[in-house]
Amino acid sequence: MTALLRVEHLTMRFGGLVAVNDLSFTTNRGDITALIGPNGAGKTTVFNCITGFYKPSEGRIALAHGAPEIWEELAALTQRDARSVARGDGALFLLERMPDYLVAHRAKVARTFQNIRLFSGMSVLENLLVAQHNPLMAASGYTALGIFGIGNYGRAERAAIAAARHWLDLTGLTDRADDPAGDLPYGAQRRLEIARAMCTEPVLLCLDEPAAGLNPRETAELNELILRIRSDHNVSVLLIEHDMSVVMEISDHVVVLDYGVKIADNVPAAVRDDPKVIAAYLGVEDKEVGRVEAEVGL
Amino acid sequence: MATAPAKNDIAGAFKDAGFWALVALGLFLPLIGFRAVQDIHNELTLETRWPLLFAFVAIVAAGRLLHNLLIAPWRERRRVAARAAVGAPHWSARLGSVLAPLFIGFALAYPAIAVWLAGAGGAVKWIDNFGIQILIYVMLGFGLNIVVGLAGLLDLGYVAFYAVGAYSYALLAQTFGFSFFMLLPVAGILAAFWGMMLGFPVLRLRGDYLAIVTLAFGEIIRLVLINWVPVTNGYAGIASIPRPTFFGIPFNASDEGFAAVFGLPLSPIYRLVFLYYIILALALLNSFVTVRLRRLPVGRAWEALREDEIACRSLGINTTNTKLTAFAIGAGFGGFAGAFFAARQGFISPESFTFMESATILSIVVLGGMGSQIGVAIAAIAMIGGTEALRELDVLKEVFGNDFDPTQYRMLLFGFAMVLIMVVRPRGLIAAREASVHLAARKKISGALVREGRG
Ligand SMILES: Nc1ncnc2c1ncn2[C@@H]1O[C@H](COP(=O)(O)OP(=O)(O)OP(=O)(O)O)[C@@H](O)[C@H]1O
Ligand SMILES: [Mg+2]
Repeated sequence: MTALLRVEHLTMRFGGLVAVNDLSFTTNRGDITALIGPNGAGKTTVFNCITGFYKPSEGRIALAHGAPEIWEELAALTQRDARSVARGDGALFLLERMPDYLVAHRAKVARTFQNIRLFSGMSVLENLLVAQHNPLMAASGYTALGIFGIGNYGRAERAAIAAARHWLDLTGLTDRADDPAGDLPYGAQRRLEIARAMCTEPVLLCLDEPAAGLNPRETAELNELILRIRSDHNVSVLLIEHDMSVVMEISDHVVVLDYGVKIADNVPAAVRDDPKVIAAYLGVEDKEVGRVEAEVGL
Repeated sequence: MATAPAKNDIAGAFKDAGFWALVALGLFLPLIGFRAVQDIHNELTLETRWPLLFAFVAIVAAGRLLHNLLIAPWRERRRVAARAAVGAPHWSARLGSVLAPLFIGFALAYPAIAVWLAGAGGAVKWIDNFGIQILIYVMLGFGLNIVVGLAGLLDLGYVAFYAVGAYSYALLAQTFGFSFFMLLPVAGILAAFWGMMLGFPVLRLRGDYLAIVTLAFGEIIRLVLINWVPVTNGYAGIASIPRPTFFGIPFNASDEGFAAVFGLPLSPIYRLVFLYYIILALALLNSFVTVRLRRLPVGRAWEALREDEIACRSLGINTTNTKLTAFAIGAGFGGFAGAFFAARQGFISPESFTFMESATILSIVVLGGMGSQIGVAIAAIAMIGGTEALRELDVLKEVFGNDFDPTQYRMLLFGFAMVLIMVVRPRGLIAAREASVHLAARKKISGALVREGRG
């Protein structure tokens, strides 16, 4: 078990509101970690901190690539005023110090959004090519060579289309490749957003409520897709989800937030029976759980 | 605003028209009904103009009635039809690919056609006032199209780069005597540099804020040109700017002049045809580069930026650099156009670079359909050609009397055209975009799905 992502004492304040309060948890390499909690618990805020969209008020978010020994550098890196350190084949990143696009580009953290953010006026295939912007940009000599047709941009683009094709096949969108993304049905848009995130070749995929608005069949397919991504592409997954059929079925480890505070951090089965978690979801005090459970027939 | 009455509701339509007639009466009574005139004793007296007022109110009432009875039902029918065919691009989408070769062919043959139809003397006006003038705006429209149409960054100060290009050429050519073709890239690069200078501070701004700052930037450049007298000669402008030569052969009446060297009769037409082909080549180059850029990652990133900036950043795209390249390349094309403008006029002054120019170029881009090259070309022809054509409408003098100057009505017609296009085709003449890459089939994407930049 080696850690991929370590969130330590993460606090995010918006004015007087403490959206995330002293949150610490670890995601292991190859794990599917679920982040759950009632509405407004601060889950999306945690995602925004990890992916660099918000600068945390306090705390450290570290992510490691390659050999686990790189974690030894953590203290030294934190001391220095640097974003990352590389040693051998390993690299360590302090995500809270990086701007959002570098978190995606260098630290290789990809994400989807709770309210889908596709490039709706661009075709499905174009969406997947935009996701491969950085390697394609390099292949086109940062436009300077590509504009004159010098270099191997053509080959790079064909490879990018092949990669896109792979994800289209996996998500069942191959037939719609040339249609505008905005024309796809809702479930397909959710899958396309996952495919687009995967086209950036991430080590960590953050999914914000991927099953929201899906029907049971689509949800089952989604479970399969996420498991497949993990096993075939060596990607760890951080998952926000309200649909317990997804959380319980595929996650290895569940972190529960309530009002920005972590109230549970365990394997799914244990979390399900945790009275604190049930209390948070039912919106009652701890000590009343037994009574409420009896009432609702749990 | 009162909503248009339902179909066939004739009484309602009349009532609505009556309401708008009352509104017009209230509005126009002080504006048109009365006029203060100075009589021979230098005293102000109030003159009433009831017939004119009545005419205006009648026009509003009739227009509203027409809208209620004919246009509104027609638009409703069209909306229903459009909803049935969601996502299917408009017929005009295919127009673009058909028109492009026709346009280029016509543009190439245009000087010959003009000479053939109007004779060498008569063709001067057609090549200069129409051909060259329109192509300058096509060029400017293409350049601004990169910033506004592709990257979705609303730039109201585009004329600044046009000015930088023009003054760069004028000053460098006068001071150092470099040739037009040497200075053309220099003017482009300088304008691109200023595009970046503008870009840096404003990139954090979005939408309306960005528009205001770019507007201010355009004014700053103009004010600098006016006030930096030792360099720019202020309001007086720069005169006798060297003209482009035909591979070293000047277009003048001297013994080394073009006409003398080639043994042709002396005529301004050679210079104009030459200039025409220069600007045509520049516009085609611009268009070609834009088409290529759209297929490169940077062009796709521009369009993605227009669609959703946050999603772009989540995919690792450095949006700051991406916006800067859009500003710089757009500005560079403006600089080319400016250098050409200076070389063609032989005289430039800050008067040529007012906000009006920015507004004209932006209207061309918006009317043409944001992002569509062929749309921009059509809009430039309609707007610039239309303005020029107004000068030709001397017949109207016979109808309205000798004081009537049709060019005075330019802005009014401009406004009407704008309103009409926005009502009928709110996304511009050619609103569909073609995907830059395809797996199986080349498909058009309806403009309804394409998001417009919010900064
Ligand atoms: N940018 C912001 N500015 C101010 N308050 C914010 C901001 N983002 C989030 N919040 C607040 O932080 C709290 C947590 O919001 P967050 O979106 O993280 O909840 P969530 O757990 O994702 O909820 P949901 O399940 O509804 O998506 C909410 O009270 C929200 O109003
Ligand atoms: Mg959320």
